[in-house]
Amino acid sequence: MSNIGSYDERVKNFSWAVAEKELGWKPGEVINIGWYCTDRVCEMGKGSKVALYWEGHTGTEKTYTYNDIRLATNAIGAFLRGLGLRPEERVCLFLDRLPELYLGFLGILKMGGIAQPLFSAFGDESLLVRLSNAETSAVITQKKHAPKVRKILDKLPHLRHIIIVDHDGAAPLRDREVAFSLEKSAPVEDFATHPTTAESPSVLHYTSGTTGMPKGVQHVHSSLIAQYLTAKWALDLRDDDIYWCTADPGWVTGTSYGIIAPFALGVTQCVLDAGFSAEAWYKWIEKRRVTMWYSAPTAIRSLMKAGDELVRKHDLSCLRHLASVGEPLNSEAVVWSEKVFGRPFYDTYWQTETGSIVIGNFPGMEVRPGSMGKPFPGITATVLDPVKNEPYPTYGKIGLVGLKFDWPSRMRTYWNNEEAFRKKFREGWYITGDRSKLDADGYFWFAGRDDDIINTAGHLVSPFEVESALLEHQAVAESAVVSKPDPINLEVVKAFVALKPGFTASRDLDLEIMNFIRKKLSPLAMPQEIEFVDALPKTRSGKIMRRILHAKEWGEEIGDTSTLEND
Amino acid sequence: MAEELKNIVLDYVTKEYLEDDSEPLTYETPLISGGIVDSFSMVSLKRFLENKYAISIPDDEATPEAFDSVNKIVSLVERFLAKK
Repeated sequence: MSNIGSYDERVKNFSWAVAEKELGWKPGEVINIGWYCTDRVCEMGKGSKVALYWEGHTGTEKTYTYNDIRLATNAIGAFLRGLGLRPEERVCLFLDRLPELYLGFLGILKMGGIAQPLFSAFGDESLLVRLSNAETSAVITQKKHAPKVRKILDKLPHLRHIIIVDHDGAAPLRDREVAFSLEKSAPVEDFATHPTTAESPSVLHYTSGTTGMPKGVQHVHSSLIAQYLTAKWALDLRDDDIYWCTADPGWVTGTSYGIIAPFALGVTQCVLDAGFSAEAWYKWIEKRRVTMWYSAPTAIRSLMKAGDELVRKHDLSCLRHLASVGEPLNSEAVVWSEKVFGRPFYDTYWQTETGSIVIGNFPGMEVRPGSMGKPFPGITATVLDPVKNEPYPTYGKIGLVGLKFDWPSRMRTYWNNEEAFRKKFREGWYITGDRSKLDADGYFWFAGRDDDIINTAGHLVSPFEVESALLEHQAVAESAVVSKPDPINLEVVKAFVALKPGFTASRDLDLEIMNFIRKKLSPLAMPQEIEFVDALPKTRSGKIMRRILHAKEWGEEIGDTSTLEND
Repeated sequence: MAEELKNIVLDYVTKEYLEDDSEPLTYETPLISGGIVDSFSMVSLKRFLENKYAISIPDDEATPEAFDSVNKIVSLVERFLAKK
């Protein structure tokens, strides 16, 4: 029997109070995610239970019990407080998947700070934009990534501390840098966790926008209520599970379901800090006897590509439940997973702004391969007519996914950008930016984005951000960035580039521009293909018509071109 | 030839992808599984090899396993050079 039991019964009798009661929390009381993920679990008698199995790419292994993570997060919280950091100051985590990332996140929350995790592959420009916008006070990083922070330090007047977690003394610390060693720091038995309340800010995740710079999605400590219950019901996490969430905590899945939910549930989770390899992944599942596996369609398609024979070489009988998130999971992947693992991947749908799963295929209901599933109990979701901004009266029509904005883990605003937050609503519905249709039984079926945002391997990339960075290359006169289909990553970035006089298109220039974007923004934002063009399609008012280029890449109808300048 | 090729690839990966040069790369350092080159960046590494050696590496041969060390990359490039 799954945790959720009967989906229909749960929907009928739903109240978030179920989770509040299990967490022992009442509205108005103090709630701090860091405390719930560590101290509370220990108070429940699970102090000696393993919280985290960690393994690095060199094979180094570390194991932490719940008591270990309680002491370590206390030590981190005390260290940050000792530096003079105050509640609600933004503390960025710019780390590979080291234990310090997971424990640092909770330590920041315990001292009342706002955790701002950033993907460690970000280039200096991506980092600068996000640290400037958040007016971040401290960055926790490692030797390997410190040079990117140093490069932009002069432009970050608010940044007071750069905390290096693996400083070995080989080179001196520089301006604003301080060393912190988790292994060498003394355990802190008693630490006064900051008494945050339901609406106290907790986490700031940056997400790409169609226009303008990335937006900081601000969450609060009471997000825990929805993250806890969705992990229990949608992911079916149980006390005896060995759980593996493959997402990097630089993105929201890696914090909501890679840190907060599993630790709050007192589950044992494992983390493999290594690049993707099908063989390494299967070995890891086999070695750690993973029972619940939460991954992403791009990874699943890569595993499919690696072949069935590799699966058969490993004993993966430990797997009990599988789920997926990040992009639409194609039906072939669901069918393949049933064939090779003996169970399907249950697709889940949510986004940075929702903070937790809002639609999904849940244990206890029929999985329809290729479908997003049904709304989580307590979530009101619909498909809106994009003209009338009201739910379609009948099923089968493609429209906008709209949500009633009333669950605990919803974002509270975009950091310093209330106007962008307000624009996310129409007639009282929160607009996710995705299009879908409903079938007669209430299942949602994904139909694409409603904007130009590129979803590559489950990560959103803003064409605007890539175009802006391209313009900084000496050879680029103008550019347009769109998605192009990709069999593994769903979509990848493609750039159309017009060169300045004096520059000639060549394969070497193509590579130079690719590397320029990779270092400046991130590998995800690097165009996988660059097409040099003499001119870009524009409206008569001079606006680049991305949709024409997009349609060309996807083999779609170009549509109305009456406003095209060079028609 | 092989030694020269190895050094060219090693230098390129060091210059383009290694963020922390305190631990120098060797010919056997795991690049993909070691997190030095990710699957997206692999595309630019493949492009470099194709440009430099005037070869074309099909996508289904450009696997994480084939790009996981300088030695493996060199074997791959040599195979395509032999076909020319």
